[in-house]
Amino acid sequence: MTDGEIREIGIEELPTEALKLKNGGYRLIQMCVNRRIGEDFQLTYSFGIGLSCVHLRMLVHPEDEVVSISSIYEPAFLYENEMHDLFGIRISMISLDYHGNLYRLDKKTPYRPSEEKES
Amino acid sequence: MSTRSIVPFGPQHPVLPEPIHLDLVLEDEKVVEAVPSIGFVHRGLEQLVEKRDFQTYVYVAERICGICSFMHGMSYCEAVEKIMNIEIPARAKYLRTIWCEMSRIHSHLLWLGLLADAFGFESLFMQSWRIRETILDMFEESTGGRVIFSVNKIGGQRRDMENSMLRGFLPKLEQVEAELEAITGAFLSDRAVNTRLRDVGILTKEQAHDLGAVGPFMRASGIEFDMRLQGYDAYKDLYFRPVTSTECDSYARCKVRIGEIFQSINLIRQAIDKIPEGEIAAPVKGLPNGEAFVRVEQPRGEALYYVCGDGKKFLERFRVRTPTFANLPGLLQTLKGCQLADVPILILTIDPCISCTER
Amino acid sequence: MKVSKSPWMLHYDGSSCNGCDIEVLACTMPRYDVERFGVINTGNPKHADILLITGGINAQNKPVVEQIYSQMPQPKVVVAVGICACNGGVFKDCYNILGGVDTVLPVDIYVPGCAAKPEAIIDGVIQAVALLDEKRKSVREDKKEAGQ
Repeated sequence: MTDGEIREIGIEELPTEALKLKNGGYRLIQMCVNRRIGEDFQLTYSFGIGLSCVHLRMLVHPEDEVVSISSIYEPAFLYENEMHDLFGIRISMISLDYHGNLYRLDKKTPYRPSEEKES
Repeated sequence: MSTRSIVPFGPQHPVLPEPIHLDLVLEDEKVVEAVPSIGFVHRGLEQLVEKRDFQTYVYVAERICGICSFMHGMSYCEAVEKIMNIEIPARAKYLRTIWCEMSRIHSHLLWLGLLADAFGFESLFMQSWRIRETILDMFEESTGGRVIFSVNKIGGQRRDMENSMLRGFLPKLEQVEAELEAITGAFLSDRAVNTRLRDVGILTKEQAHDLGAVGPFMRASGIEFDMRLQGYDAYKDLYFRPVTSTECDSYARCKVRIGEIFQSINLIRQAIDKIPEGEIAAPVKGLPNGEAFVRVEQPRGEALYYVCGDGKKFLERFRVRTPTFANLPGLLQTLKGCQLADVPILILTIDPCISCTER
Repeated sequence: MKVSKSPWMLHYDGSSCNGCDIEVLACTMPRYDVERFGVINTGNPKHADILLITGGINAQNKPVVEQIYSQMPQPKVVVAVGICACNGGVFKDCYNILGGVDTVLPVDIYVPGCAAKPEAIIDGVIQAVALLDEKRKSVREDKKEAGQ
């Protein structure tokens, strides 16, 4: 039932913060888009050590590119592909990029609100 | 010179009842790489929170997966309860714990059966599932359902178990324990079974740690960790230690799961012994406003739930990171370098639940 | 006494929650033992006479289901197991669910329930066996007519 500390960071700080956590012995728990605030997507990456956890949270504009942390945390590639497939978040330099083929879907980026799908 | 070829595995495959799809890159009989693609069971359940209000969604959450159905419903409720600051009554906590452990026994027995089927030991498959029926009878007696129970609600439980019923469970558990002991030898000491499991699909402790493996898959690689140690529900009052093994192979995963069934039986006994009298549900007032992360230990490993509400009847976001998803990188690692004939066993050793993974 | 032939069945999991799948498997276990009616669970569509489908249909498994159905020899019977396979059930409103199995295949027998109980599944299978006999008979009669 641990909630953990939520750290708000900018997307440019992500690699440094992730590396710090990695060196602190944290494991990756999950990465997700948790909601939309105005135009932006709010991303939450959760890391855990033992029973406690830390969440890194950042705001990403739909046009922004997020740098992948899969070179720091290997399993991150799955979550990053998932975020790309379901929400259309642009992520660069994923160690194993399935290019939108992880989820076999008819509708691309289904979790993105419909008005902007055409763009 | 060996030739490379790509063999599609699934979605309709005799070994697994569920549709999983992998593209296996082979060099002769050796797997070089495995590329997963999912979506055959993808329903978009996370998005359904926009159409079902937060109290009705309990029943949808339960149907994320029919094997860990109780735990999905329960964890969703706990996340919402956390946002709304509802403390559920002590008896409800114990009821949840008992049903959780029963789910674990039924899930692990189911897995043992499927594993036996994968290495071609059909009578062992039948035996495992026969034992499992006793647990399903207990579920049917206490909830009315065999696999989908609908006994959770926000604030507690919808049904109580009478003390006489709980006492009646004790001899049944004894029977399950004795029957399981009888087949444990076949899984762990049989020479033919050993040749199929020993040293197959090694995942070292470091790999398990770095690849984010969870649950029995991780514990079989020697990491002693279990989300139940957080002491949620009644676990804080019960004594247990995570079951681990150091062999890091498929045999270890089988051993850990068998150990966990005995552990769960023990936990249910402790809970029946300590369960307090009282209410089974707390009143729910208002609407969820806020967010919460909840981590629980499911039969397949740690699951994380994220619920976010903004004071409306419909939640803003619901997210679940299921154990199978976390175990996929580990699976892809163990598949590298294995023989094509071992692929079904390796896929099974993470106890995949595709319906959880794809939601 | 008239003896029915022994049909083989194929189980495919559409986009179900697994609940019905494990119940279908439980049917082949010692307690329910659907095999006593001469039914064997097979993994090969070309061997199968009865197709048991659990779960609803989504865009991805639609071609898979259609292909499995087309590979099965005539005559064949489709059994939709569980409410999701019947009409989409609790997942009906999901964006990725097209509906029940009857959106892509002609369904002969509907087995209700969430999850469908083994007794109900066995009942469905027995009805399927009877229906298969009927279908076989009509195929034979059609052939006879064509031959005359």
